[in-house]
Amino acid sequence: MIRRAKHNLVFWTFLAPVLIAFVLVIVVPFFMGVYYSVTDWSSSAANQGGLNYVGLVNYDKSLADPKFMTSFLVTTVYTVANMIAVNVVAFSLALLVSSAIKGRNVYRAGFFIPNLIGGLVLGFVWQFIFNKAVPYIGPLIGLPGLAESQNFLLNITAFGNSFAIGGITSLVIVGTWQSAGYIMMIYLAAIQSVPVELMEAAQIDGASPARRLWKITVPMVAQAFTVTTFLTLINSFKQYDVNVSLTQGGPSVMINDQAVAGTQLLAKNIYDTAFTGANNMAQGQARSVIFFLILVVISIAQVSIGKRREVEL
Amino acid sequence: MKHKRLRWGTWGLEILTAVLFLVVLFPFYIVVVSSAKSALEITQNPLGMPTDWNNLWVNVTSIWSNDNIHYQSSFIATIIVTSVSLLLINVLAAQAAWVLVRTKTRFSSFLFLVFVASMVIPFQIVMLPLVGWFKTLFDFTGIKLLREYPGVFLAYVGFGSAFSLFMFHGFIKGIPLELEEAAQIDGCNQFGTFYRIVFPILKPIHATVAILNGIWIWNDYLLPLLLLGKGNHLMTVPLAVANFAGSYVKQWDLIMTAILMAMVPVVIAFLMAQKYIVKGMVAGSIK
Repeated sequence: MIRRAKHNLVFWTFLAPVLIAFVLVIVVPFFMGVYYSVTDWSSSAANQGGLNYVGLVNYDKSLADPKFMTSFLVTTVYTVANMIAVNVVAFSLALLVSSAIKGRNVYRAGFFIPNLIGGLVLGFVWQFIFNKAVPYIGPLIGLPGLAESQNFLLNITAFGNSFAIGGITSLVIVGTWQSAGYIMMIYLAAIQSVPVELMEAAQIDGASPARRLWKITVPMVAQAFTVTTFLTLINSFKQYDVNVSLTQGGPSVMINDQAVAGTQLLAKNIYDTAFTGANNMAQGQARSVIFFLILVVISIAQVSIGKRREVEL
Repeated sequence: MKHKRLRWGTWGLEILTAVLFLVVLFPFYIVVVSSAKSALEITQNPLGMPTDWNNLWVNVTSIWSNDNIHYQSSFIATIIVTSVSLLLINVLAAQAAWVLVRTKTRFSSFLFLVFVASMVIPFQIVMLPLVGWFKTLFDFTGIKLLREYPGVFLAYVGFGSAFSLFMFHGFIKGIPLELEEAAQIDGCNQFGTFYRIVFPILKPIHATVAILNGIWIWNDYLLPLLLLGKGNHLMTVPLAVANFAGSYVKQWDLIMTAILMAMVPVVIAFLMAQKYIVKGMVAGSIK
């Protein structure tokens, strides 16, 4: 019995610091947040008297707001485009740095380095590239149109000024540049785990490099595809920092004759709803709950698909 | 494999990789050369080499000593925030993971599951209540959590714990139990067993966890924005850069210098601990 009591003492003293921080920073604010989303919470002094339960009003208002719905659509387009771009680039890079070229290790490190730089900071770097460097290069490579306006690339819109294609493309370029090196590392580990004998056997049997890639490498790294797809999906969906520093949500587009921010991703929409303009904390909170629920669905899908893959293997 | 290397195809791959390498590193080139240009030079010649590299030092000192940017204090604050948070996370998450692995009860597996499941919670859902909640905690405890260090440390331990605990948990499961039993037979108590026997074995996973969290904390923007705020006496580098670069008139020469100075410490840390990062990144991807 003494041993047991002693063990319990160690168990709780070792666990307590992390558990307390976890409860204070995640568990309590999480439940507060879910509760606030069904109240009239705002940061104004009027709320000092207490919160009033308002039901699902904040959710209804959010879903009826064209700004939120545009943000939702834009985030979906950005997420899918970024996911495809990152994975295609990362897989190609992984194939290159796992081939027999010289200086492989230098390339691996080099391709990874963009991942070290924070989204906020590199948004400013790319703003300089898009707004200053590209207009300067334009005339030099025979595209004087690029020099027309300083913010030309970021401000291109399409579909009758209803879709900020320039801004979204820029976000995808920066997102791909930042995370391709990281995803490349995961593909690289998967490719390196493919048995050499398999490749040699195929080579002796006369399979071309393209055929070996398609028939051996791709199926053998299928597990990695699930991981990287969901990882890029979730990270793109949560993008905030680059959005803030690169496009600030602009330019405006017209949706049903109303001017709406054209590149405002969901994370930025939540923050802006809560703090700017109307200062509507409760509605920002409702949007974050919707945001959370989507992430839950994505994660459950990942786990179940991952499990099914395991069974197949 | 030897005959393959002689093929001209490898040549093509080498050239292609080298070109891609230059494309990927191009933004870094832009940052470095821009940091050594004057305001006038940067508009006239945004791509080329600077005329005088001494300008780099001029820009660095003007950023460092400019009272409006608060770069010096922000830089020191970021070092303090990052190093103290990393130290706390590494010690606390490791010991918590160890008792969770070595205690085979339903409660401990439940707790581990809660930690893992919490990783799906986005910062956005807790960030708004967190500020008011920290104010309430201050009223009860008298510890200033907003606009001061303790709140940031607490927040990073809280937000970093689940992932770090998960990483340590996976590693500790692979350590043979016999080692700890032998120590206990030799008269080591459980505190001693962990800190003398297990803790040193955890070195590689400590490096991985510290680097992954380090990249995150050093560059983090939203959490310091909410807990410290822009323009207050305590800021981190991303806040200082956002505050300075977000202003209407863009002084690109100084912005680029500030960005260069923010990049250098992480890049150096990466080059020093490369092998751990590569291994850890892949392991962490299962998250």
